[in-house]
Amino acid sequence: MKPQPFHSDAHAPSHFIDADDILHKNVPMQDAAIEIEGLTKDYPVGFLLAKKRRSLDDLTMQVLPAEVFGFLGPNGAGKSTTIKLLMGLIFPTAGTARILGRPISDVRMHKDIGYLPEQPYFYDYLTAAELLDYFARFHDLTAADRRERIDRMLKKVGLDGARKIQLRKYSKGMLQRVGIAQAILHDPQVVILDEPMSGLDPIGRREVRDIILELKCNGRTVMFSTHILSDAEMICDRVGVIVGGKLRGVGRLDELVGVKVQGMEVLFELSRELPAIANPLLQKASRTGNRFRLEVPEEELYSVMEKLRGAGARILSVTQLKPTLEDYFLHLIAADQAQASAVEVSGK
Amino acid sequence: MNGRRSIAAILLFVMLGFTSAWRLQLGIDRQLTSIHQEKNDLLFRSGRLIKLLSLEYGTFLADVYWTRAVQYYGDKRSRHDDNFELLSPLLDLTTTLDPELLVAYRFGGVFLAQASPAGAGRPDLAVALIRRGIAANPDYWRLYEDLGFIYYWDLRDYHKASEAFLEGSKNPHALVWMKVMAAKIAQEGRSRETSLFLWRQIYDSTQDPAMRENALHQMEMLKVEQDLEQLDELLFEFEQRYARLPSGWAELVSMGILAGNPVDPRRVPYVLDSSGKVRLSPASPLARNPLHTPSRQ
Amino acid sequence: MNRAGTVAWNTFREAVRDRVLYNLVFFALLMMAAAILVGQISIGIESLVIVSLGLSAISIIGLLMAVFIGVGLVYKEMDKRTLYALLAKPIQRWEFLLGKFAGLLLTLTVNTAAMALGLFAALLYVRHSFEPSDAIVLIAAYFILLKLAIIVALALLFSCFTTPLLAILFTAGIYVTGLFVQDIRGFGNITGSAALDHLAVWVSYLLPNFENFNAIAAAAHAQPIPGLLIAQNTLYAAVYCAIALVAASAIFSRRNLK
Repeated sequence: MKPQPFHSDAHAPSHFIDADDILHKNVPMQDAAIEIEGLTKDYPVGFLLAKKRRSLDDLTMQVLPAEVFGFLGPNGAGKSTTIKLLMGLIFPTAGTARILGRPISDVRMHKDIGYLPEQPYFYDYLTAAELLDYFARFHDLTAADRRERIDRMLKKVGLDGARKIQLRKYSKGMLQRVGIAQAILHDPQVVILDEPMSGLDPIGRREVRDIILELKCNGRTVMFSTHILSDAEMICDRVGVIVGGKLRGVGRLDELVGVKVQGMEVLFELSRELPAIANPLLQKASRTGNRFRLEVPEEELYSVMEKLRGAGARILSVTQLKPTLEDYFLHLIAADQAQASAVEVSGK
Repeated sequence: MNGRRSIAAILLFVMLGFTSAWRLQLGIDRQLTSIHQEKNDLLFRSGRLIKLLSLEYGTFLADVYWTRAVQYYGDKRSRHDDNFELLSPLLDLTTTLDPELLVAYRFGGVFLAQASPAGAGRPDLAVALIRRGIAANPDYWRLYEDLGFIYYWDLRDYHKASEAFLEGSKNPHALVWMKVMAAKIAQEGRSRETSLFLWRQIYDSTQDPAMRENALHQMEMLKVEQDLEQLDELLFEFEQRYARLPSGWAELVSMGILAGNPVDPRRVPYVLDSSGKVRLSPASPLARNPLHTPSRQ
Repeated sequence: MNRAGTVAWNTFREAVRDRVLYNLVFFALLMMAAAILVGQISIGIESLVIVSLGLSAISIIGLLMAVFIGVGLVYKEMDKRTLYALLAKPIQRWEFLLGKFAGLLLTLTVNTAAMALGLFAALLYVRHSFEPSDAIVLIAAYFILLKLAIIVALALLFSCFTTPLLAILFTAGIYVTGLFVQDIRGFGNITGSAALDHLAVWVSYLLPNFENFNAIAAAAHAQPIPGLLIAQNTLYAAVYCAIALVAASAIFSRRNLK
């Protein structure tokens, strides 16, 4: 399925996104919280399960301690696959990974990890408090300690009032909150969240963002996957973008996307036709009713504004054009599609 | 309001439905009985197949078949139907499923062997059943008693009867009389004393109501036999002495020959008919359910 | 081991909240009806009927529970994805399996014990007294529980790698063939083929012999059961459960969740 662009009138001139040398900024760090090396996952498909579908191809990536790492990609790119591999829910075809220096096959290190599954579902005959208590028992906490933490968590995710209601009656958003609570109840060093914002309203999403930032303040490492780029933009230190099972870009946000101002965007309003002198300008602008949008290089800004003033246009706004994560993201997807169709043609 | 009305309507409909189903069933039952359709079939005849299908639950299934057997017998008797062809298969199934259900062997021993109308009249099947019972329960000496009794009472093979009693007497739990009985039968063959004793043994040793009732009835008929013999003798002597038959019991009572009216075990007076023969009164309950014609030996 | 215990207790709690134990109501009604009616239908063998009916019902109800809940133990958690968050905890997969097994076994033990009580109540009603031979009924119920343990272990094993329906069929199939192990052993003699004979003997010793645990006839006829047999049966059940659970662990530890 080819992903649709997010906005109809966005165009990201590829000249200002330079992904190629960023791809290999995977500097292996000694004390990475999460180290992934060459991780590959094939699924058997087809009749008699003879063929293989590669859902993750040779992923090599690190998540540094005490950072918030956003794992981005379109649906089906391999984000959940990667996370499930890290958590030992599925097993790699090739490659290794380590969390806090210990191999992912070592289940004991789960005591330092918190995990929120995608679209979580829990035992619906338990109440929220009972579920948290059940999970907490796997972490060698005393009964009093468990009680105290459960109370704190329920308040933190805003479920204190619903603690005695059975989970079968919970809405999707409430289940998401319970999921987050059980992930951080035992104060883990590393927190891995699979689509933590899904199903939440804007208030909920803000609360989750606050929780993640709080975790970072406390020195915890957070890795979360999402396809909502604005969330990632707001809180991530580093991001990794995965498309079609392959890692396309990874690094600090500002490095990936760049901060160079690429021009100015002028929004103006015209109620009547301009005289001929301004027409070339208008042709370059995109128009919705009486409103026009024009991109001009920074140095030509003032001359253009003079011309518009002379034409009787009303200036609505003037903004810097900076590349967004979305632009970067779409660029990577387009590149992947080009590669994929080349592969299809070659018949591999 | 609509909710309540619809609930009322539904309830009414359900009640009407059940009422019509009940009436229909009555009609169907009438149809079925008019065709004389008897539930006289046994789906499985093969004991081994049923044992296979019963997995671990043979013991309980045996109880179910046992119950069927008892009801089958009682049902046939109450309808005065003397066709007991399913009794043997039912008891076979029962004892195949639970070889230790002793009452089934004993029941079969009596009612398979006994002559019509109170039994199937197949002493051969009874012997086979009892022998299977002995093979499965060699310690239960009463089965030897039952075997001996079939030979004695129904087959009149006193040699084999004595053998069976002797074999049973070897069991350390067996009562002493088994040995005595072996000798007595070998010597005398059939005697009323022996018969009464053996029926009494059956009566005392079982709790099954059909068997007890049957044994009681047999003992009563033996008593009747005895009474009639004695009364016959009495009348014969009277005739010898007085060259005529007595007019009735009253005369004999007044003459001091009898203490009172001779009555049968059910307290119904015997009948002295005009030809001078003594009979069981037709009014007696004993006459209504005849096991056999009392023989005069 | 503690973690397996936590899973076990939660499994038991799930069964209770799923109203699984309501089957006891059905059993109680059955026993009451039997106690009241047996005096009219089966005179002279009242105790026998109550015991054989009661133990047969305990066996069948227990089997239904063991098979149907057993195959769901792992499958339900995989299907509903409740397993994901759980396996993210520091718990080994074999601990999870052991906990599930222990939880269902606990449920079955409670259930069987309650039904045995009901059976004794019915016996008391019919007989108005207890006899020392009634202890044999308890032993028979214990044997049934041992048998159920093996069934649960098998159901768990099959549910680790097949669909629920197939797991039910396989487990039920092994139960039924396990009752005829003796016949299978003798089967080889009939065919006359030496190879088939060997195969039949091998199979007959591989299959769990469920006839070992059938003490319903003994309890119904008040025949004593030797103490050594109780110990042997317990060990036998333990061995088979261990085999099935180890195999299940091996399979489940390598299984990719969907």
